[in-house]
Amino acid sequence: MKNFYLIFQKELRSYFNSPIAFVVITIFLIISGYFFYTIFATFSTISFQVMTNPIMAQQYNQLNITEMVVRPFFANISLFMLIMLPMLTMRIFSEEKKSGTIELLLTYPVKDSEVILGKFAGCMGIFTIMILLTLPCIFLIELFGEPEMGVVLSGYVGLFLMGAAFISLGIFASSVTENQIVAAVVSFGFLLIFFMMGYSAGFASETIGGILKYLSFTPHLYNFAKGVLDTEDIMYYLLFTLFCIFLNMRSLESKRWRG
Amino acid sequence: MIEVENLTKKYGNARGINDVTFTVEKGEILGFLGPNGAGKTTTMRIITCFMPATSGKARVAGFDVFEDSLEVRKRIGYLPESVPLYTDMQVPVYLEFVGGLKGVDRRDIKRRVAQVMDDCGLNAVAKKYIAELSKGYRQRVGLAQALINDPEVLILDEPTIGLDPKQIIEIRSLIKGLGGKRTVILSTHILPEVSMTCQRVIIINEGRLVAVDTPQNLTAQLQKSQQFIVRIDGPEQEVLSEIGKINTVSRVAVKESGADGINSYLVEFKKDSDGGKDIAPVIVRKNWALYEMRPIGMSLEDIFIKLVTEEKIH
Ligand SMILES: Nc1ncnc2c1ncn2[C@@H]1O[C@H](COP(=O)(O)OP(=O)(O)OP(=O)(O)O)[C@@H](O)[C@H]1O
Ligand SMILES: [Mg+2]
Repeated sequence: MKNFYLIFQKELRSYFNSPIAFVVITIFLIISGYFFYTIFATFSTISFQVMTNPIMAQQYNQLNITEMVVRPFFANISLFMLIMLPMLTMRIFSEEKKSGTIELLLTYPVKDSEVILGKFAGCMGIFTIMILLTLPCIFLIELFGEPEMGVVLSGYVGLFLMGAAFISLGIFASSVTENQIVAAVVSFGFLLIFFMMGYSAGFASETIGGILKYLSFTPHLYNFAKGVLDTEDIMYYLLFTLFCIFLNMRSLESKRWRG
Repeated sequence: MIEVENLTKKYGNARGINDVTFTVEKGEILGFLGPNGAGKTTTMRIITCFMPATSGKARVAGFDVFEDSLEVRKRIGYLPESVPLYTDMQVPVYLEFVGGLKGVDRRDIKRRVAQVMDDCGLNAVAKKYIAELSKGYRQRVGLAQALINDPEVLILDEPTIGLDPKQIIEIRSLIKGLGGKRTVILSTHILPEVSMTCQRVIIINEGRLVAVDTPQNLTAQLQKSQQFIVRIDGPEQEVLSEIGKINTVSRVAVKESGADGINSYLVEFKKDSDGGKDIAPVIVRKNWALYEMRPIGMSLEDIFIKLVTEEKIH
């Protein structure tokens, strides 16, 4: 437990000692902010037109801020996470392998699980800061409308769980190569596949389509963004994360076996 | 304390080390000598549990490096060859981090860090980030992290490389002071270092053990013959034939011919013959002039070269 905490602390610190965390978080917030602005501006234009134009009012018979702003907001953020998180995770093991520090780390009396979980938690820490910094957008919505707080809350839970899944996969990718670019490309590629898998469900048979949908990230996140906290979705992300951490343990272990 | 049995490591098909066997007693300082690519680092990496052997066994304090890796790692301080450190940390912060991982008690950690920083001469860089340090100071930080938990066993891969002469002396005496209480294996290319700090030497070449002995014994065993440089003023051919006739002399040759007819000769005597005394009478009898006569000893360097080129002890 102590080792886990020490590695977690060191991992957090090294993010802040380098420009990575700062750059990734800033760019992430700029993009999220910009897209939030477009969604929000569209929504207010429509609301204004609806107020003045009765024909439009019939088209949009109910204007729902939760549906038109909050939900797209979460969908967008999940997309930006897909791009930004591999940048956070790519260095985690690759850098240690490249610089050779892994040689010392693995010869300290520390369990592999403590190393992996410590690093995972450190990255989760940065990620948590990153998504909490998008809260001002929610306050802005709150100022102009009445979003359902339950949806907001479950949306954030969904993002958090999805982030855990992304990060565990990214760290695993980083543990198999000493090249950071390779690690980033591999994790981005796999995340994208899991992200898009659900879209091809329509072309496949019913069972396969169902499986593809279940394996895909997106349908689960949309449930959260609808305000549905379903154990099945929670389990999906947790299992995904655990599976990646398990693979990561194997990959560190195999280093000990094969040298 | 350290037992290595028939240790073999293959990198794919390439040779790493081959059937290496040796033991190190508690409190002993063992020097690991060998040319580049001999397999020193490979052996150390196996003992420190960084990578497994292809076959063979290694035990530290009775614990197998593969079966009880965690127990072994608790007892070891390791300084890898490339001195890999987290360059984005400040020296004391780094040492505290390592100390924590190596099980130093939280209440003791500050004191321990101060102690090793003192021992390794790091107080001058206490505020710096490791990235800003020179090679020699990084080496010292590397040594400090190996010492932080006061381990029973120290494995140091070329510990004095990159240090200035004054620091080399300090670190050597530090290592020497560690012996007795702690078991140390250190690898090096610098031969005087071995005779200065180590009680026993292992010479390894192309992955195989070539010799294990004390530096003194190695020197004695390998001095096949005694050699002298003799400078004589006399006709060259005659000098060669007359000295060659002495029955304790195994070889004589012109080492350097002087412009004034005074040549230097290299005279080699048979082993165990106290030959030096036989030359003078010949010179006197022939009425030549003797300008210089000095023995040349075989340094550890010569032995080393001899061993790794011949690969057997005579
Ligand atoms: N990771 C590796 N992959 C393949 N071969 C390796 C690897 N590491 C070492 N070797 C090979 O194993 C042999 C022993 O290497 P090792 O690094 O143990 O030598 P060394 O005695 O430490 O040499 P030096 O004095 O240069 O440090 C060399 O022939 C080397 O090429
Ligand atoms: Mg080496």
